[in-house]
Amino acid sequence: MGTKKGKHLKWFGIGKILPFLRCVRGKLFVMIFFGLVGSLTDIILPLFQRYALDHFVGLGDFHVLVVFLTLYILTILVAAGSNYISCALATIIEMRVDRQLRQTGFQHLQTLSFSYFNQNSVGYIHARLMSDTSRIGSLVSWSLVDGVWRISYLIGGVVMMVALDAGLAAMVLSILPLLVVLFAIFQKKLIRVNGDIREVNSKITGDLNEGITGAKTIRSLAIEEKMVARFRDVTGQMRQKSVRASRLRGLFAGTMSFASSVALAIVLWKGGYLAATQIGTFAVFMSYAQGMMEPLRWLVDIVSDLVTTQVNIQRFTGLLEVKSDVTDTPEVIQKYGDTLSPKRENWEPVKGDISFRDVTFRYPDGQETVLEHFSLDIPFGTRVAIVGETGAGKSTLANLICRFYEPTEGALLIDGRDARERSQLWLRDAIGYVLQTPHLFSGTVRDNLLMGSPDATEEQIWSALRTVSADEVIHRLEKGLDTDVGEGGDLLSTGEKQLISFARAILADPRILILDEATASVDTMTEEKIQAALETVTAGRTTIMIAHRLSTVRDADMILVVRNGKIVEKGSHAQLLEKRGYYHALYSRQYEEEATARILA
Amino acid sequence: MKKKDSAKRTLALLWRFLDGAKRYFLVSVICAGVTALADMIQPQIIRVAVDWLVGGGAGDPGRVLGGLALAVVAVAAVQVLSQYGFRVFETKASETLVKTMRDQLYAQIQRLPLSWHMKNKTGDIIQRCTSDIDTTKNFLSEQLTSVFRIVLLLGLSIGFMVSMHPLLTLIALIPTPVTILYSFLFHRKVHEGFLECDENEGKLSALAQEDLTGVRVVRAFGRERAEIQRFQKQNDHYTSIWEKMAKVLSRFWSICDILSGVQVMLVVVFGAYFCVYGSLEEGGYIAFISYNAMMIWPIRQLGRMISEMSKAGVSIGRVAQIMEPDVERDDPDAWDAPMDGDISFQHVRFAYENAPEMLHDIHFTMKAGTTLGILGGTGSGKTTLMMLLDKLYPLAEDGGRITIGGTDIRKIRTAHLRRNIGMVLQEPFLFSRTIGENIGIAAREPDPDAVRAAAEAAALDETIRSFASGYETMVGERGVTLSGGQKQRAAIARTLLTDTPILVFDDSLSAVDTQTDAKIRQAIAQRFGKASVILISHRITTLSAADKIIVLDRGRIVEEGTHEELKGSGGLYQRIYEAQSGRKEVGP
Repeated sequence: MGTKKGKHLKWFGIGKILPFLRCVRGKLFVMIFFGLVGSLTDIILPLFQRYALDHFVGLGDFHVLVVFLTLYILTILVAAGSNYISCALATIIEMRVDRQLRQTGFQHLQTLSFSYFNQNSVGYIHARLMSDTSRIGSLVSWSLVDGVWRISYLIGGVVMMVALDAGLAAMVLSILPLLVVLFAIFQKKLIRVNGDIREVNSKITGDLNEGITGAKTIRSLAIEEKMVARFRDVTGQMRQKSVRASRLRGLFAGTMSFASSVALAIVLWKGGYLAATQIGTFAVFMSYAQGMMEPLRWLVDIVSDLVTTQVNIQRFTGLLEVKSDVTDTPEVIQKYGDTLSPKRENWEPVKGDISFRDVTFRYPDGQETVLEHFSLDIPFGTRVAIVGETGAGKSTLANLICRFYEPTEGALLIDGRDARERSQLWLRDAIGYVLQTPHLFSGTVRDNLLMGSPDATEEQIWSALRTVSADEVIHRLEKGLDTDVGEGGDLLSTGEKQLISFARAILADPRILILDEATASVDTMTEEKIQAALETVTAGRTTIMIAHRLSTVRDADMILVVRNGKIVEKGSHAQLLEKRGYYHALYSRQYEEEATARILA
Repeated sequence: MKKKDSAKRTLALLWRFLDGAKRYFLVSVICAGVTALADMIQPQIIRVAVDWLVGGGAGDPGRVLGGLALAVVAVAAVQVLSQYGFRVFETKASETLVKTMRDQLYAQIQRLPLSWHMKNKTGDIIQRCTSDIDTTKNFLSEQLTSVFRIVLLLGLSIGFMVSMHPLLTLIALIPTPVTILYSFLFHRKVHEGFLECDENEGKLSALAQEDLTGVRVVRAFGRERAEIQRFQKQNDHYTSIWEKMAKVLSRFWSICDILSGVQVMLVVVFGAYFCVYGSLEEGGYIAFISYNAMMIWPIRQLGRMISEMSKAGVSIGRVAQIMEPDVERDDPDAWDAPMDGDISFQHVRFAYENAPEMLHDIHFTMKAGTTLGILGGTGSGKTTLMMLLDKLYPLAEDGGRITIGGTDIRKIRTAHLRRNIGMVLQEPFLFSRTIGENIGIAAREPDPDAVRAAAEAAALDETIRSFASGYETMVGERGVTLSGGQKQRAAIARTLLTDTPILVFDDSLSAVDTQTDAKIRQAIAQRFGKASVILISHRITTLSAADKIIVLDRGRIVEEGTHEELKGSGGLYQRIYEAQSGRKEVGP
């Protein structure tokens, strides 16, 4: 992927974010209103000094002191009040926009097909969902409140100066065009340097990561010095770039404060005559002239922030623009409902016949055709095993049966009808899936078991647990079914997780059961238990077993042998051995390995 | 006592990190001082101008005012220069500090013994090397200098104010202690609120992570709706906590606004009063207002600074924990012994930290230039044996001896030893660079031909050529994913290129098929006729050609001999041999 440098969106991509602001529209207006009030008070406050100077000091007239004080305090209170409202609202708006962005992103992710998840790492997607969104939210709301404030202050200040003394104001303002040109120059350079720094920074993190995870290899190759030198090189770049950026920023800030002093000098030099008569006006003029520079400086900062955030916006909206490869047609959705509001009342019961009709399949991200005109009938109650070496592509058929992917050509028939005629959820509701790496969700054991069948009774739960001999595991847990499993189930051992996920699948009483290397990551004891349970568990279902260990699937009705993504042999265990082909070779090798392992154990 | 000691050591460490950055810090502090002084002079010029104007103005107004305007610009020039200097030197100082810290931490991590790496989690180490370093940097470069600037600015403005009108100064300062105290207390208390926000953000983030990792299960169970609801619940909760925080924070800011507004008002009103009654002149009055304005921001910051300083201590301590443990060190009289001699293990015993003894009395010798095969089950200690040979784990004093050419490896310089032992690990690690760079990484001067030859010997050349960018193909996290067998072969090629007198293959051919295995071994034999080769494997075909084979079982050598001797000895080796050569007779 990489960052798309140089690609500019219109208005920094803010347009794409506007729809997400709809939920805070009212608050936005209130925030802007009080932002304006706040900046108005900032413009008014110096006028009190002017009045004090011209009337109290100049004329020695303290008659209106009470009114003066009342107004002054009132203004301070109004300023504080409007600051409170606009700052609080800015944060609230920021958080609500974030929330909206995250929720939309999350919901969208629930509809995306597997090709997206296979092509993008969890970290990559997670960053889009969590960090990109928060950058966008904070920029939108704070740049808005700051912008309203500062720009209106700038305008108000200019108006006040013109009102006080148009000629003097013109002279002070004459330095502005010069500053604008300077900005444009600084701006470009600043953006470039900031980009460089980000890049070096990610390099540092990458190298750090590698230096730690690759520690053993680095030692054994004795290349520590090389690695350290390389790292020093990168950190050196970081220092160099940062100093360069600080030079730029320093130069820029310097120019700004110099300009504000020049403005002051102009007032002093050309406006001195004011002081003779109206010392207050003179003083207040100086404070406006100096105050003008701050909003200008902010403008430069905000533009570079916008450029940075544009990348975040691109990434996030890019996520939303990804379309799923597997979708239900509008007609199907109308009858069966979608994932969020299924119309279960219209669902036909699933029988459990599966057939592949002349299926040709290519993974969306691959070029190779892995299935070519493949046809296979799996009548209800059959036990089909798919075997092959790790990474050979054994999961393809399971992926198609679950409709995680659609056939490129041909069709998958469920109970004799094209699977696309019914909704994804209808199909998946009938499928129990046990994965190689069991995944539980944070919550209790019970929460996890009830995932596929929310209405199961206590009795049903225990019966499912007993079937896969997971009941002992539960008894061993301190709080039994109410034990917290931790994030991703990490408080339990892999074996325990696998048994629970097995029970979870059984509890839903699926017509179709898919065991995807269900025993690959468990210890021998657990494996034996699961093997023993298979007979009972697979009765009355169509079962697809994906296995690396051939000894576990000898009893299957049909074995499909996969090599390099393609099905190369098909038949029962006896038939396949008879053939003396690839299956035979695989089986012999594994037999040897297992024999060796047993002897060495 | 102990606590004090560790605090002292942490400070010493910090001082060491500051090496090279100190002078920059000094310059930046001086610049900050000059800036603050210049800040103070500006109002004085105005004061002179105003007083001259109000006083009726003797002399040519153009010249006097022009001169004063020039003075403003001149002071501004000094100010700009010193400000620029401050920024640049402060960045130089803090970036030098960060670089030193990072470099030293990285070098330290490369030198810490492997046992340390096993004990610590990658994520945690990375956090210490990134965010803890940042916190430390912020403490030194931002907070300390800020406090210095704030104190300086406060001191100077108060000084000037006192010099002009002590009573008015006192009046102006009435709200100050309240502001500082309020700000300090507030920031200390609000810290908990931020922690709660962080915690809930973490929870939300974990939820997303869990959903993304478990996407298969979510789909298979049609759980999308439940997942969305679960996420929404936490999303709402997190947002609402922040909304509460928003109100708390904004209240703080507006109360501060009121306090500082009152401070300005006091100066405006009482200043006017003193003007009228003659103890203050107009110019002084305006200058006074300026000085007062300069104090407002620093006063607000001070409380926050003080409350945040305490947090830096934690981070520095966490960094120190990496710097403190002992690194791998060579014996003082270690030397670059010749590495082409016999390798001998003499009564070697070894236990990992807090674990029972793993290797018991391992005793054997392999002649230089021969091939040794090692067979053993999981946990039999064969990998540990090789770790000891490579000094990845040190042998205890009473743990026997390992010698190469008669020299105890404890007396051989570690880098020299490792550079001369080509070790192919069981789970090879590739760096995120091109495949060509990966193969050449350990060679002194990797030239493309040598890289290709090594890849060829490791039966990988063909595969690499099939990639679109050939040897320039990026591997690792940001590149193509290689299969287990391809990784193993890349690691073999990497080792072959180093041309070492000792080669160790720790089960490194397990993921390649038997034919490729044979091809690679043949190529190795050709290229390294004189090298001593140690092969760890389960495959009898891999081991059978070895000059000597040892069989390890639970940390003991149970058999030793050649293939011919062992295959009929009636032991473990024979049983495995029979199991593996019985393949033709496998039936249903």
